[in-house]
Amino acid sequence: MNVLSLQNVVKTYANHVAVNDVSFDVKAGSIFGLLGPNGAGKTSLIRIITTITAADSGKVLLNGQALNSLHPNEIGYMPEERGLYKNMKVGEQLTYLAQLKGLSKADALKQLKYWLDKFEIHSWWHKKIGDLSKGMSQKVQFIATVVHKPSLIILDEPFSGLDPINANLIKDEIFELKEKGASILFSTHRMEQVEEICQDIVLINKGKILLYGDVNQIKHDFKEHLFSVKYTGNGSQDKNISGFDVVSDQSNELILKSNGSQTSNELLANLIQKGINIQSFNEILPSLNEIFIKKVAASNE
Amino acid sequence: MNKIWLVTQREYLTRVTNKTFILTTLLAPLGILLFMVAVVLVMSTGSDKNKVINIYDPSGLLGGEFQSRDNLTFEFSNKPISEQIELYKQEKINGILELPELKDSLASRYVYKYHSDDQLAMDENMSIESAIGKKIRNYKLKKLNISTETLEKIDTDIVSEPVTILKDKKISSITTVVSSVLGGIVGYAMFFIILIYGMQVMRSVMEEKINRIIEVLISSLKPFELMMGKVLGVGLVGLTQISIWLVLMPLIYFIGAALFGFNPEGMENLQQTNLPAETMELTSKEKIGQVFLEIKAMNWWLILPLTLFYFLAGYFAYSALFAAIGSAVGEDINDANSLTFPVMMPLMFSIYIGFSAVNAPDSSLAVWSSMIPLLSSIVMPVRLPFDPPLWQIGVSMVSLIVFTIFLVWLAARIYRVGILMYGKKASFKEISKWIFYKG
Repeated sequence: MNVLSLQNVVKTYANHVAVNDVSFDVKAGSIFGLLGPNGAGKTSLIRIITTITAADSGKVLLNGQALNSLHPNEIGYMPEERGLYKNMKVGEQLTYLAQLKGLSKADALKQLKYWLDKFEIHSWWHKKIGDLSKGMSQKVQFIATVVHKPSLIILDEPFSGLDPINANLIKDEIFELKEKGASILFSTHRMEQVEEICQDIVLINKGKILLYGDVNQIKHDFKEHLFSVKYTGNGSQDKNISGFDVVSDQSNELILKSNGSQTSNELLANLIQKGINIQSFNEILPSLNEIFIKKVAASNE
Repeated sequence: MNKIWLVTQREYLTRVTNKTFILTTLLAPLGILLFMVAVVLVMSTGSDKNKVINIYDPSGLLGGEFQSRDNLTFEFSNKPISEQIELYKQEKINGILELPELKDSLASRYVYKYHSDDQLAMDENMSIESAIGKKIRNYKLKKLNISTETLEKIDTDIVSEPVTILKDKKISSITTVVSSVLGGIVGYAMFFIILIYGMQVMRSVMEEKINRIIEVLISSLKPFELMMGKVLGVGLVGLTQISIWLVLMPLIYFIGAALFGFNPEGMENLQQTNLPAETMELTSKEKIGQVFLEIKAMNWWLILPLTLFYFLAGYFAYSALFAAIGSAVGEDINDANSLTFPVMMPLMFSIYIGFSAVNAPDSSLAVWSSMIPLLSSIVMPVRLPFDPPLWQIGVSMVSLIVFTIFLVWLAARIYRVGILMYGKKASFKEISKWIFYKG
């Protein structure tokens, strides 16, 4: 079951195509990464999904239904440029934003009590946003995004400007929301976070999809069959193994490239036979960052 | 609809509970009262020292008669000026008024001297001059053998009596004056209210854009709902403020009158002392009574609801435009000035036309402007006390409603694009393109 499904979405502005024939699905209860360099069309896509703007053509389905005017209540959106009323009190502001998402006042207060207790910030109720630190107002912003129990949560660079402690706090909340059945669309260009959090990603550049799929699958697709062997001792042994080329051998780390004729088990057996003291052994998978840079650079050519 | 109401509530409550709002709403009438009290005090005190002034009038021009005033004591003394100057030096008197003999009985100019190192206050000078003037006038009349009765026959009191032909309504010369004053006040008030609250809508739009909360908001509701909620909320604040003032003004006025011991009539007397004799006769109590009767006789059942209608329609049209402008302004608040210009134009125009309509409510300029939307929201209320033909009111209302709906639609088209545009302010060319953006 897909919570969100985009089919051949196109959005053109006066002078350029912001979204060019984009299709992807976000599975229910998953964390999905929307990646791309600055100006790739991420914000345009998010604005279409959040019904802020409409697509020129193509379909957007939320929980199987074409987007309609009731859907904003099922979506929680935290934009990259955070914004709250500076001179409004935390409690009033959150109640107002929750009511705009269709909650009754009583429900809003109940939900807010849960969240403010959870973040241990109930004492902020009467504080003005303008008097809070940046990290504090980020927490308020996060609560505003999730208070109405949306089935789809869209987070645009949710960790920017957060210290590691608060970033972890938000990360834990994201996982917890996912466990409770919400789906999260996570837009960023910070790849290390994507690898850590997302199951599926879509990479776009210049409005077009470059890559789409499961994170691990993508990494496998892009692997270069490199193996890293760390060893102890002076390493004077012969390291020529049939089926493998030595790429480098520096500071007790041997990097080998397979030509595909031998398995990793055979490589290990050969290494042991040659009397090398193996400390660690693993296949080198490309980082998403490398794939990202490679793909974007290729598409820009 | 529900979401519009939520926005309206927020806009209304955050403003009404704001300290500045409470202070200005409560203090403005108090400030006006204090100002009035200050004016009364200043005007009634004049100079604070008691002054003794000798009048040297050897030819007996004043006939030994000159009324002393609050703190001015006049004494006739025909001692030579040099002796009196000694008295001045001993600080027994504050000045000497020297009235030379009127040599030529028909002279058009008469010069008197005031010996002192201090000048007399302006109102003191004026009352001395008018007293001397009256005496000389009587003196001249005597010389020319004209009795006061003959003179009274020369002066004619001109009164116009308007007579209606088709309309069944009694009107007097005062009707026109009352209508003019009423129309003028209403026009001016409308202008300021529309301007002040329209600007507030604009600032509120800019605040959301600069705060960047706009993106959160419009992922929850439609830009049109947000704009309408805002316009409604600020409009309600305006109505609240005006109603509070309407209640407070007379209340504070009467409390003040009781506390400071001055009454409205006292104020009038005070004003009258500074008016030339002719106008004094016009503003007699009888006429004031007539003014109140005229005000009572106005067709309030038509004027009040219609004025409210024009205020609401005008406010909606203008504040929607102000919202659109607010959305087109970039990060810099100062950019707003050049963009508001085209909206200020019809507003300024209509207040000027309104002023001319006070003088000539049936001129073709006034009649046409009161039927042209945007202008009509100020010009028509000015004309209402003059009983304009019903068909003109009808045309004016229908055209204003249609045009206001169009303007709100237009403003919403601009607004929905403008609020998402960041960076520098948009040019009018860009703004006109936004109207046709799809989605």
